[in-house]
Amino acid sequence: MIAQQVIRTVGLTKEYVLGSEIVRALRGVDLLVERNEYVAIMGPSGSGKSTLMNLIGCLDTPTSGEYWLNGKLVSELSDDELARIRNKEIGFVFQTFNLLPRATALHNVELPLIYAGVPAKERRERAAHALERVGLAQRMDHKPSELSGGQRQRVAIARALINNPAILLADEPTGNLDSKTSEEIMELFGELHADGQTIILVTHENDIAAHAHRVVTLRDGLIESDVVRGAAVV
Amino acid sequence: MLFTEGIKLALQQIRAQKLKSFFAVIGVVIGVMFLMTVVTVIEGMNRYMEEDFARTIYGLNTITLSRWPEVQINTSAEQWREWVRRPRLTFEDADAIREQLDVPALVAVESGGGGRVAAEDGTEIENVWLTTASADYFRIRELKIARGRAFTAPEDRIGAPVVILGHEAAQKLFGDRDPLGRIVKIAGHRFRVIGVLEKQGTLFGMSLDNRAIAPSRSMLARVTAPHGVVDDILIRVHDPKDMQRALMEVEAIMRVRHRLRPDQPNDFALDTADDSMAFWTRISRILYLAFPTLVGIALVVGGMVIMNIMLVSVMERTREIGMRKAIGARRRDIIVQVLVESATLSGFGALIGIGIGIALAKIVDAVSPLPASVSPVWIVVSIVLGAGVGIVAGLYPASRAAKLDPVVALRYE
Repeated sequence: MIAQQVIRTVGLTKEYVLGSEIVRALRGVDLLVERNEYVAIMGPSGSGKSTLMNLIGCLDTPTSGEYWLNGKLVSELSDDELARIRNKEIGFVFQTFNLLPRATALHNVELPLIYAGVPAKERRERAAHALERVGLAQRMDHKPSELSGGQRQRVAIARALINNPAILLADEPTGNLDSKTSEEIMELFGELHADGQTIILVTHENDIAAHAHRVVTLRDGLIESDVVRGAAVV
Repeated sequence: MLFTEGIKLALQQIRAQKLKSFFAVIGVVIGVMFLMTVVTVIEGMNRYMEEDFARTIYGLNTITLSRWPEVQINTSAEQWREWVRRPRLTFEDADAIREQLDVPALVAVESGGGGRVAAEDGTEIENVWLTTASADYFRIRELKIARGRAFTAPEDRIGAPVVILGHEAAQKLFGDRDPLGRIVKIAGHRFRVIGVLEKQGTLFGMSLDNRAIAPSRSMLARVTAPHGVVDDILIRVHDPKDMQRALMEVEAIMRVRHRLRPDQPNDFALDTADDSMAFWTRISRILYLAFPTLVGIALVVGGMVIMNIMLVSVMERTREIGMRKAIGARRRDIIVQVLVESATLSGFGALIGIGIGIALAKIVDAVSPLPASVSPVWIVVSIVLGAGVGIVAGLYPASRAAKLDPVVALRYE
């Protein structure tokens, strides 16, 4: 049942050269995520969780080890091939939203489709549909500056979902939001998960991680614990 | 698709930061404006020299034999003294040339002066360009008769009291009345108007239509060439290829007639339209060499300003570029985006420059006799040049942007 495994990493390591020192950010991570899982990755700063997220998001390549995404070995792809994978298979949600300030919500959501080469008419239709899905049907023509923080993050989520990615990869998605708005965003994540979306959530907040069905905790570049619905697996 | 997207984005940027964008492209604006203005003026000058000046002064395929050159540049006093000592040209010189020339050609004498012309009802005009010439003068100068006729060779020989008026002279003397058959008085002599020339226009702002032409041996010659001599002898060859031969033959005939020894220089001048054109061609060549250098400097400076602006713009948008890469932009997508933006900015500057250039050309056209029309070729050249500067200036910023590591770029504050 390979197809059910969205993410499979084998002995993933990542080393950086920082001045004269070699920093071993990841020292051999084996992680398996199946379709429609809702995983939170936690850990203190320096634990390697950002590095792991970058590798899972295909923004970076590992020093050694294998990374299979959706049945495809992506740890050895070129820059342009990785760009294509990011475009098709991964939906990013950032802490700081990263929207184009002068573009409308609709245009922001369209952006990944532009890079995918989708014709304009289809782009608009799909972007409008994605905005409806996150509850912003009435705000399509608004620019980010005319939207609240929560609404901006919804636009970003719509943008992440537009290409029906294999995984939704959220990096501290509520880090810039108040607790009430955070709850709303987490509710939206819950709905998406209920619709079958695989979600990876990187956070250091326990109450946010609590929304996930599985919590992977890193420490010093290794998986320290991997807990599913309160029951320890490893 | 990315292309139109890039242009849209660049236009957005320009609209959002009008002043900054204008200063970014001011070098290109100045370069292109300069290009447009100088090119149109030079081309106008060229056309003017070729079509109007050379043809009016010398005529096509025509040799002008005279005592001294028609167009003089920086003549010294000594030179002048030598010139005025030269023998005058005579009717006999013209006859000798007509007889001895092997090359098929028309030969005419021409003398000129200025004076008043009066109609019988007392209407008088001043500063009229008076010419006495032989019958072939009209064909050599390509003067078309609008009404009536030119005088004939027999009329010329007997010095018939007839006159051909310029368009403006006829208009001023007779208004709406028919000038043909009427009598005008010039220097106390009566002439019958037998023809009116077609409108000629102006040269250096002077009217070519305020004139009167009478036979070379008529009484008018007392005004134009009082000593039975002529100002110029015009030789027009039938075939342009004969020009050089005709020049040599006329020179030989005249040297014999003036009994010049081989070591003595010519004591007459032979001019052709080519001579004046050669002079002008030299000037325009210098201009054509000098001005691309100046335009080039302006464009290089303009390009460097744009490169700087684009570098700042890329740096300011590091996170945006990181985000674009994260959602699937490849290196070449980023390069295209930056280049299109840079080319659009620069092309926008070129458009402004073209606008100002055209306006300046129009002003030159209005206040000077030069026909400074803007040719579409140079508009295209300007746009291509402008966008080209943008692309070249954008290369380095684009490659910097494309090389950004998305992980680093996304974390950039």
